Amino acid sequence: MSPTASSPTAGLPRAHYLNQAYGIRSWLLTTDHKRIALLYLATVTLFFFIGGSFAVMIRIHLLTPEGYLVTPETYNKLFTMHGVAMIFFFLIPSIPAVLGNFLIPLMIGAKDLAFPKINLLSWYLYIVGGAFFIYSMLTGGLDTGWTFYTPYSSIYSNSAVTPAILGIFINGFSSILTGLNFVVTIHTMRAPGMTWFRLPLFVWAHYATSIIFILGTPVIAIALLLVGLERIFHIGFFNPQMGGDPVLFQHLFWFYSHPAVYIMVLPAMGVVSEVIPTFSRKAIFGYHFVAAASLAIAVIGFLVWAHHMFVAGQSTYAALAFSLLSFLVAIPSAVKVFNWIATLYKGSISYDTPMLYALGFIGLFTIGGLTGLFLASLGVDVHVHDTYFVVAHFHYIMVGGAIMGYLGGIHFWWPKITGRLYPEFLARIAAIILFSGFNLTFFPQFILGYLGMPRRYHTYPPEFQVLNVLSTAGASILAVGYLLPMLYLTWAMRYGKVAGRNPWPATGLEWQTESPPPTENFDKTPEVTWEPYDFHHRPDLGLASPGLAPARGDD
Amino acid sequence: MSEHIVSPRIYAVIGATLLIFTGVTYYAATLDLNHIYHGLNVTVALAIAVFKATLVVLYFMHARYSPKRTQLVIIAGLFWLALLLLLTLSDYLSRATMHG
Amino acid sequence: MHRTGELYGQFQTLDQQREAASLGMWVFLITEIMFFGGLFLAYTINRAIYAVAFAEASRELNVHMGGANTAVLILSSFTMAMGVWCSQTGRKKLLVVFLIATLALGGVFLGVKYFEYAEKFHHHLVPGYDFHFPDVKPEIAAQDPYINAHAQLFFSLYFGMTGLHALHMIVGAGLLLWLIAQAAKGRFTPAYNTPVEIVGLYWHFVDIIWIFLFPLLYLIDRHT
Repeated sequence: MSPTASSPTAGLPRAHYLNQAYGIRSWLLTTDHKRIALLYLATVTLFFFIGGSFAVMIRIHLLTPEGYLVTPETYNKLFTMHGVAMIFFFLIPSIPAVLGNFLIPLMIGAKDLAFPKINLLSWYLYIVGGAFFIYSMLTGGLDTGWTFYTPYSSIYSNSAVTPAILGIFINGFSSILTGLNFVVTIHTMRAPGMTWFRLPLFVWAHYATSIIFILGTPVIAIALLLVGLERIFHIGFFNPQMGGDPVLFQHLFWFYSHPAVYIMVLPAMGVVSEVIPTFSRKAIFGYHFVAAASLAIAVIGFLVWAHHMFVAGQSTYAALAFSLLSFLVAIPSAVKVFNWIATLYKGSISYDTPMLYALGFIGLFTIGGLTGLFLASLGVDVHVHDTYFVVAHFHYIMVGGAIMGYLGGIHFWWPKITGRLYPEFLARIAAIILFSGFNLTFFPQFILGYLGMPRRYHTYPPEFQVLNVLSTAGASILAVGYLLPMLYLTWAMRYGKVAGRNPWPATGLEWQTESPPPTENFDKTPEVTWEPYDFHHRPDLGLASPGLAPARGDD
Repeated sequence: MSEHIVSPRIYAVIGATLLIFTGVTYYAATLDLNHIYHGLNVTVALAIAVFKATLVVLYFMHARYSPKRTQLVIIAGLFWLALLLLLTLSDYLSRATMHG
Repeated sequence: MHRTGELYGQFQTLDQQREAASLGMWVFLITEIMFFGGLFLAYTINRAIYAVAFAEASRELNVHMGGANTAVLILSSFTMAMGVWCSQTGRKKLLVVFLIATLALGGVFLGVKYFEYAEKFHHHLVPGYDFHFPDVKPEIAAQDPYINAHAQLFFSLYFGMTGLHALHMIVGAGLLLWLIAQAAKGRFTPAYNTPVEIVGLYWHFVDIIWIFLFPLLYLIDRHT
């Protein structure tokens, strides 16, 4: 009996990865990269809520200069745990573990990642790490700042530092294994004809991100391990009284944590590189430069870490070197922005939701990136270090950049993941609400920081109140902007219009297979004969330009 | 791609070389080379260690017979370790308070 | 993903599978280089600043045990490489012999380590645990009045680095046990010997770490 038009599954493929098996064991013991991606989606969203709750409390507390919501000690815990939850348990995994896991095998024409069981292990490590962090939240919290600076974290803090460190340490291995999996997969599992320069830029972005996962994460692991050993065994690497150097911790910490911000932003750039060509109906401008820029960001990003330490006591000569290198790292990012804009130029633009997020990314990331240059200048940094200027800078990148990239990607690939379309009108409204709320929240913080309001303080001088109130108002609008997609995307999973293989249409290999894809991704191993983002020579996607000769495969 | 099979003879030669150079490094440590040139002891010790490690990587770990990609991974790892060490040292060595 | 014989479903050929496994293990070893690298960084900086204390402290280490352990590990690398050769040439029984030899040598290493550590506890050289560095000659004490604290830094690094190394050896021993069990069942053939190769890579890496630890910790100054 054929499904009727009113049947919920009419139009969807008969067998796909979601209905291939049922029951909790089929999810918790899956090795299917697509299911693992959804496991991650659920759990990173949980940590987003946790981190978001702390943000709400911070902003409410900062409505008044005296701050009546929490005690000063609790305030320290709020901003610390907001940072740890958002950075380690939401932002770093978000795009790679959700979208990267789901899409990379599809985009390269493989059946799965190279090591599916290790992929599942990655998720379990993330869960265990997250559990330790939640334990630390529930047993007194953490008040060291997400940066765990010594000797406060190693000697003086009375909060639940050790379980939190353990949680982040274990979570680090989750990252490392994901990065390892991606690198090996991209090297060894590409379908016939999928050469390096036919790879989607999303894949290039994740390759670059994986380099950072692999080379950076072990260093923060050892840094935190040493802090843990100091707390437990009272050894003195970072204790000045025993001849240790607290700045050594900062070097080890930031060697990872600066590249970590590129872990958070490169995948979002990968999403933007997919969305912009699709909704401009035009090949990306300068494909090779964008790919090379991803690698350049990953590499140069490792050379700049001590710009977080300009006022920490490092030598002035080292500071000069790191300042210069920090200016250099802006160049590949700028190259990407120019290329995206050049892609838009004379394109056939449509303003679907993913495009709104991508355009928002370009503007907000540019502001965040340029303010990063102010911070890279030694003189300016001395003035605005540890003020809200820094807070605004990194939220423009992390929220205005990374999260908008994440949401844009979630919307763009939701039809592929679920087989259904989200409600477009409502989604565009939500995107605009989010964009407005975001700017109202964080732009005043640039001004506050420049005027001298320090970060991580539970009080502030009364003359800063207006800007703080504006910021909190913006945060409440931003919250609505986050909640709406969670609601309608969930709704769409069941009631959205059936999407078909390629609703946009876009040119990637992932759009050639069913929505949702079968467990093995493709019925037949694809053979790739076309260049990426070729919107004019793909009659198979209905994208041939009138008047042009039919597409011919390129070897 | 079939794997290259390294003969037991080569393994034995490499193994013997490693043992010999362990002895050499011990002997070198008993000599006061720092009189000849400041820091020569540690330089010699590290040079021998690097030599031994190179032998292990090239022959025991088959890096000599591995695809270019593997060799690139190895070099990248060593390069990053060098980055970590040298850039951080650039801070400490250029501090006014540091004395040798 | 299901398995067909030795081929896992996500791969197209055994060759692709072996390439992926080998690349995967090498990438993992790179992460280990950076992990130990942080400790080597801490060592380099502290030795540069506290050269006198580190030299004195290094002399407290038992260089004979350290040297013997170095030889033991080099031998174990040899037996591991021979094991890989056996798996490549179909010598199934000899493979088991060499794997057991590697495991045994690893056991010797850990045994010697145990005695070394016990010695340190006995001589109050364990940081954070009743640490007390023996008195030094007056001319040394003049060069470094805080030599007790700085020697404690040395021993923190000693225990940290050799302890982390020993942990990796224990993991390696576990992997060898698994390999021996599989090899005894005759699982490895010239067509499929990937697990032997990649455990071999891991084992050699652990050997290389020790090749650096021995001179840096035990041989700072053996000529005074």
